[in-house]
Amino acid sequence: MEIRPILSALMRSKVALILIGLQIALTLAIVCNALFIIRQRMDTMGRPSGMDEANTFTVASFGFGDSFNTKNAFTEDLALLRGLPGVKDVSPMNTVPMSQSGWSEGVSLKADQKTATTSTAIYFVDEHGLDAYGLRLVAGRNFKPEEITVRDARSSDWPPVLMVTRALAEKLFPGEDAVGKQINISGDPSKPMQTIIGVIDALQVPWPESFIVNGDHNAPSYSTLVPQMTPYGTRTAYLVRTEPGRRDELMKTVEQKLTDSNHSRIVRNIKSIEAIRAECYREDRAMMIILLTVIVCLLTITALGIVGMASFWVTQRTKQIGTRRALGATRGAILRYFLTENFLITSGGLALGALLTYGLSFWLMAHQQEAKLLPWHYVPVGFVSLWALGQLAVLGPATRASRVPPAVATRSV
Amino acid sequence: MFAYYIELGLRSLKRNPVLTALMVLGIALGIAASMTSLTLFHMMGSDPIPSKSTKLHYVQLDTWDPNQPFDEEGNAPDQVTYRDAQALMEAGKADRQAAMYKVSYPIQPENPEVKPFLALGRATYSDFFPMFEPPFRYGGAWDHGQDSQHGRVVVLSKATNEKLFGGADSVGKRVRMNDVDYTVVGVLDEWRPRVKFYDLTNGSLNDPEEFYMPYTTAIELKANASGNNQCWKPSASGWDAYLASECVWQQFWVELDSPAKLAEYRAFLDNYANEQKKLGRFQRPLNNHLYDVREWLENQKVVPKDVQIQVGLSFAFLLVCLINTVGLLLAKFTRKSGEIGLRRALGASKPQLFAQHLIEAGMVGVTGGVLGLVLTFGGLAMTRMLYDYYGNVARLDFSMVATTILLSIFAAVLAGVYPTWRACQVAPAAQLKTQ
Repeated sequence: MEIRPILSALMRSKVALILIGLQIALTLAIVCNALFIIRQRMDTMGRPSGMDEANTFTVASFGFGDSFNTKNAFTEDLALLRGLPGVKDVSPMNTVPMSQSGWSEGVSLKADQKTATTSTAIYFVDEHGLDAYGLRLVAGRNFKPEEITVRDARSSDWPPVLMVTRALAEKLFPGEDAVGKQINISGDPSKPMQTIIGVIDALQVPWPESFIVNGDHNAPSYSTLVPQMTPYGTRTAYLVRTEPGRRDELMKTVEQKLTDSNHSRIVRNIKSIEAIRAECYREDRAMMIILLTVIVCLLTITALGIVGMASFWVTQRTKQIGTRRALGATRGAILRYFLTENFLITSGGLALGALLTYGLSFWLMAHQQEAKLLPWHYVPVGFVSLWALGQLAVLGPATRASRVPPAVATRSV
Repeated sequence: MFAYYIELGLRSLKRNPVLTALMVLGIALGIAASMTSLTLFHMMGSDPIPSKSTKLHYVQLDTWDPNQPFDEEGNAPDQVTYRDAQALMEAGKADRQAAMYKVSYPIQPENPEVKPFLALGRATYSDFFPMFEPPFRYGGAWDHGQDSQHGRVVVLSKATNEKLFGGADSVGKRVRMNDVDYTVVGVLDEWRPRVKFYDLTNGSLNDPEEFYMPYTTAIELKANASGNNQCWKPSASGWDAYLASECVWQQFWVELDSPAKLAEYRAFLDNYANEQKKLGRFQRPLNNHLYDVREWLENQKVVPKDVQIQVGLSFAFLLVCLINTVGLLLAKFTRKSGEIGLRRALGASKPQLFAQHLIEAGMVGVTGGVLGLVLTFGGLAMTRMLYDYYGNVARLDFSMVATTILLSIFAAVLAGVYPTWRACQVAPAAQLKTQ
């Protein structure tokens, strides 16, 4: 196949060449970057929270008035819920991962530090916390029932023991065993330090997308379990873990039982952890759907544009095609001519497109702190896809061209 | 002649319906994508209270830790302490001022058919209402007297009034919240500011409150904030120690009716900060700010990055659609060389032919724009489904509708310039020689 004649024919009508080339270039840039953003969002959404998400749900209640005995409510509710068939364990809690609301404290290695070493999310639990959240203990031990203290409203006293996640232990004591080490989460040099008695495998903070401490992107894994009940105010909150498959039914049962057991309160916030996860990441999911829609529309428009232009060219050059056929070109040769022509145009467009792709990637990086540069392997994949798209699009008009009868050359119309 | 060109354009477009459909679809999709994202961008960033946005100012004081700033960018905290809010209220140096914070209480309806529910409210001063101008349906706000006497009064939102009293005039009636009885002094009408600009601390697109109560009453009843609470040093135990602490958990807005007043208040704030420095507070360098509504929205980055990216990508998509249209128009007009040559031979001037074909391109633009508008409605509906809290901002207002049609016509005409020019360069004689 002679490339030179095709090239010189193209050079004579540069405009159409530029138009299709530009379309291909822009399409490559947009599609590659959009796919990369989708990939990044998928990775973000896929991070595990560290807890048993399939079988857990939250439930909270708000009592009426200062006369509501929150302490008693906690004791009665926990006894009631733990006794329900199908319930594996229940823990009092203040929050769960991905809920976007919670408590964080600075963590220091020495009592008199001016600025904290890092920050951590605080999860108030009792000795059932490990089981209720479904966490894995990798060092040390769980809390003992006698270690669970009670926090008064507006108090600043912390219990002497706590558990941290493996990531936090690595950050605070790199390479060492964190069990037995002391840290300070009270921020008050006059208060005693806390001792780490256990390390759990993983537990995400309630704000996995925004909890970045001093540029540390590992911070969403820094969580601390504190053995303390918080029966101040009128709010009680629990995390319920059920036997597999019984979660939805038990969500209704628990709501009913809690409402019936005490009429001086509202029972609400009954949410499964899966629902909380969906809500946490709904913006990322929406962005993915929008980008996918744009990619599909873009590829369709580009393909239809190629079909339109190619059909037009075929009509323009009917006489030329007829002449070539009359001179002995086979149908296959005509078909190959158009396919090769399209391949050359697409290649030109893709060369420009590679530049535009990285230009767009730089622009996106400038506008987002966490954006990364497009990995190189997106470009070759884009190349192959657009070559394939172009060839497929031009197949129709090229076939039509190949069917032009040689007799056309002899007509004067 | 204009009507004649329209007729010619129509006939020409009808001659090749597939090509026309392709061009219209291309423009419609590009316009729909761009206008959907542009509408979100415009609505989120637009002025939610144009009549007063330059008069209302948010107070920002840097009371934070001398060893490190409030955030990674060195900003001052986005809320103030109770001490500072009280001091500023007592000084009363602005035309109007209101400290405020979010509270939530269970409402215990008298009507046994309505189950008790947890309601989100705002504890604030009576100036809040003339400052932010929520419309009243019944009654009005409480007065300064109620503020100082810790009155047990409440203003209900329209929705809460519907729930509790079936929407009737409930002024003077009793509402029981958290075992305390309050008297209704006012009921608001429907109030949905596009963006919840007066409290951005937990998200800008949240629903407005279900009730409003005096701030002084909430403090007396020791109501904790339902919003953010941040402390750089731990407060001592107990409620009173909390009120005296450096924890920030309140918002403070002032109304300043003239630039002179604004300058005066700035000076007052700096003065206040310096006084506090002598008492050992405000240990960071002076960093007070008074933002008006638009400045505050920008400072708090109300328009999410995702929306900005969507605007950029969808305009790039529109560009691709336009290039597509240029190519298709070029194809179409080049095919009409014969007709153009004939018209030129019969005496039409180049400008006339130019006008004729630009109008044809414009017609593609109008059709594409109308279809694009329909698709934009669809796009915004899809957006509301994907982001269910975008109900306020994912809507077309008149200016956006006008922009859609005009943008589409402009885009199509722009796309048509080059093909039209090319087509008009035809030398009449060459076309007439052979058929």
